[in-house]
Amino acid sequence: MIRKERSKIPVKTLLLGQGTCCISAGAEQVYTALKREIAQLGMADSVQVKRTGLCHGFCQLDPVVIIEPEGLLYSEVKVDDVPEIARSFLPGERLVERLFYHSPVTGEAIPRYRDIAFYQRQQRTVLKNCGYIDPEEIDDYLTNGGYQALRQVLLEMTPEQVIKQVKDSGLRGLGGAGFPTGRKWESCYQAAENEKYVVCNADEGDPGAFQDRSILEGDPHSVLEGMIIAGYAVGAAQGYIYVRAEYPLAVKRLRSAIVQAREEGFLGEDIFGSGFGFDIEIFPGAGAFVCGESTALVLSIEGKRGMPKPLPRPRTTEVGLWNKPTLLNNVKTFAAIRWIINKGADWFSSIGTKKSKGTAIFSLTGKTVNCGLIEVPMGITLREIIFGIGGGIPDNKKFKAVQTGGPSGGVLPESLLDTAIDFDSLTAAGSMMGSGGMVVVDEETCMVDLARYFLDFTQKESCGQCSLCRLGSLQMLEILTAITKGEGRMADIDLLIELGEGIKIGSLCGLGQSAPNPVLSTIRYFRAEYEAHILMQQCPAKRCKALISYYIVPDKCTGCTACQRQCPVNAITGDRKKIHVIDQNKCTRCGICLSVCPERFSAVESVPGRLVSGD
Amino acid sequence: MRKITFVINGRKIETNERNTILRASLAHGIYIPHLCDHPDLTPFGGCRLCVVEIEGRGLTISCKAPVEEGLVVQTETPVINKVRRIAAELLIVNHHAECLQCVRNTECKLQDIAAYIGIEADHLQRLRQTAGDHPIDNSNPFFIRNPNKCVLCGICVRTCEEINGVRVLDFAFRGYETKISTLMNKPINESVCESCGECVVRCPTGALIIKDYQRPDRVVTTICPYCGTGCGIQLGVRGNKVVSVRGDRDNPINKGQLCVKGRFGYHFIDHPDRLTTPLIKRNGAFVKASWDKALELVATKFKEAQDRYGPEALAGLSSARITNEENYLFQKLLRCLGTNSIDHCARL
Repeated sequence: MIRKERSKIPVKTLLLGQGTCCISAGAEQVYTALKREIAQLGMADSVQVKRTGLCHGFCQLDPVVIIEPEGLLYSEVKVDDVPEIARSFLPGERLVERLFYHSPVTGEAIPRYRDIAFYQRQQRTVLKNCGYIDPEEIDDYLTNGGYQALRQVLLEMTPEQVIKQVKDSGLRGLGGAGFPTGRKWESCYQAAENEKYVVCNADEGDPGAFQDRSILEGDPHSVLEGMIIAGYAVGAAQGYIYVRAEYPLAVKRLRSAIVQAREEGFLGEDIFGSGFGFDIEIFPGAGAFVCGESTALVLSIEGKRGMPKPLPRPRTTEVGLWNKPTLLNNVKTFAAIRWIINKGADWFSSIGTKKSKGTAIFSLTGKTVNCGLIEVPMGITLREIIFGIGGGIPDNKKFKAVQTGGPSGGVLPESLLDTAIDFDSLTAAGSMMGSGGMVVVDEETCMVDLARYFLDFTQKESCGQCSLCRLGSLQMLEILTAITKGEGRMADIDLLIELGEGIKIGSLCGLGQSAPNPVLSTIRYFRAEYEAHILMQQCPAKRCKALISYYIVPDKCTGCTACQRQCPVNAITGDRKKIHVIDQNKCTRCGICLSVCPERFSAVESVPGRLVSGD
Repeated sequence: MRKITFVINGRKIETNERNTILRASLAHGIYIPHLCDHPDLTPFGGCRLCVVEIEGRGLTISCKAPVEEGLVVQTETPVINKVRRIAAELLIVNHHAECLQCVRNTECKLQDIAAYIGIEADHLQRLRQTAGDHPIDNSNPFFIRNPNKCVLCGICVRTCEEINGVRVLDFAFRGYETKISTLMNKPINESVCESCGECVVRCPTGALIIKDYQRPDRVVTTICPYCGTGCGIQLGVRGNKVVSVRGDRDNPINKGQLCVKGRFGYHFIDHPDRLTTPLIKRNGAFVKASWDKALELVATKFKEAQDRYGPEALAGLSSARITNEENYLFQKLLRCLGTNSIDHCARL
């Protein structure tokens, strides 16, 4: 392979993230413009413009330009800003202060990203290289310690030693269930078969989760390296990456990484002259959420319908892909392996809590000031994440709950914000670590509607073979929909609990067994909200259209006719300069009146419950 | 095969190893509600009704759990009853429960389960009706597929794959839209279905039913009149009319299996076009004749041919539709007439 000749070591490096999210914010155009501009100013040797796989996870600031070695961060960079940025590197020019991140609290500019609250409390371990290296240049990975762990494993360690190191590290499967990784490897290693497989589960499907995609886009070689090490440890020669076809950029970068790893001899026969050979194939999924379940995933690779196999059955590590012992781990788990080998089991187990070692990666989304991809040590509290890293709730709204673990997880209220999060504490609280989605909701979110949303998702994604999951989630969805429409009955709450508990106990696979979690946890912590919907016919969060009303405050209405003209059903009466009134019988609660009422009047309000005309 | 002893509801049971808890229990007269398990097929594990509790291990489904020496199994505990009741109630509110009009009435597995569990009206009324209104597939000449009564037990899917090896059906779509479907969701007569009806006889509910089915009042065990395989059949007779055919599970030849002809091809018995007397052609038209007249004519013609061309001019072709014994006699007759040119339609 021809390595790039670099005549001079650049004085500055500008890092531009090119993940799916960055690209959608326009990062590609900014990169091209910046590269051209720097070249035109004759600084191509001293200022390197470098594409990286991702930004540094602070998604809402995209496109972001990071200037190393100073660690300066320009946020929300537009193509129009590029000439000014480029000129700032000329001698005597000043930095572009207006593009610095500004604290939402104090308003002051924070030039260095390490000083931004979003980054301060993070502990980037698995994500260390994401945002620094170019995922399509293997050299970049190599200069950052890449494939050193593989080298060490193949040349200096026995498979038993590798397994012992992974066991000692305390790493638990980061796909959500938290099964001890070392034990899984050991079980696959002990399976008495010559042919074995290693499968990487990259079928990330939870709404709101994007960590696996980020690692695949930002640091694909770390996943490959983890898989090859796993192959050596358990005795497999072939690996598969089952990746969502909806992640085209991740698939593209994985493909290019595999090609480059083969060219460099990290994949193929006789790696590092050790006699050990391993290769990896990509298998794009067909869009079924349930194929994230290990047995369904295996069937899908075999070309069959992805339906989980019921217990009791042998473990996948004994009878997996093509009935051969198969080691199946998540993207994040494989990505963590090289660090455990490089830095040692003790280093890894020094991070985290007693039973959950290392770090956790979350996609922090929803109603927080800062959103993005974060990596934190296990044991950090939800409060530290949401109010520290996330910067709290925007627009002076009140925090209401945080949903972790996607549709399989649960909703946790404010009283549990000081819970130190790890696999076990989240499960005890009625939620789960899951794949690491973390959706924060404020007071404007209706918890019944939130539960309904997740049930709608699981119901559609149920594989359909098991009666409790297929029909139980449908039944719960029907009940929740009725409640949000004001057609709930008081007995429904207990019925939901009864159904939920039965479905959890009796369902065939993890999808059904966890599908009731959003319902059960919202009832557990927000029962009053369910009761308000049923008994008072009110949606306290003013989200459920059937259980709210729009009302024009007479003292505030100036009779501007803005709402009256826009109302699609002519429910608003009132002439110019006369107070307008909504006919509640005609109103379809579309909310247009509220959105068109000029802010200086703010005369239209939404209120919980149904008003009767004349109120 | 090794014998295993385990305890179920306090009763010691001896059974073959590799048996499942469900099948061993049923064989010993202990009923465990189940819908998707069938003795001829691989266990599936989808209906979740056969849940039992194994001491020290917790809940499991008995159709997938192999028996093990010393297992202590309970089939009735509060948790089991809760899960089972929920699963059954969910299936019932998802079912077009028009039992009195249903062919499967009193022979329906879902009814058995409901009766065993004891479904109460006020319990059911708490739930929302979720039964869909799917089109009925009438395309097959012999049976009807009614997805509104389907419980997705998958027995038809496994029957087609494991018994007949044709694989016409499989699960398709997701969530509550999941259904049993042919390739590309076409009507079944546009699939490669051979209409053997094996799925129809195994369907536990009214989702697969025989067209114009009449329940017989008695059963006559006999042999299929079609080919030389000689499958055992059980004719369902009502009054003096054959109204159904079932495979005879005790017959060692077919063990209950039948093909489309054997199962559905019995209507010739009472068909108006069926020949009931010999016919002799006179002046270009067939005319009814007595057996004596007909045999006399055949004998005369044989004789004429023999006299004129010698016995080798005669040949006989017999049919699989007659019995072995009759075929034996037929060749005997031909040899007596002096010819060895004898053949049989099933020798093709």
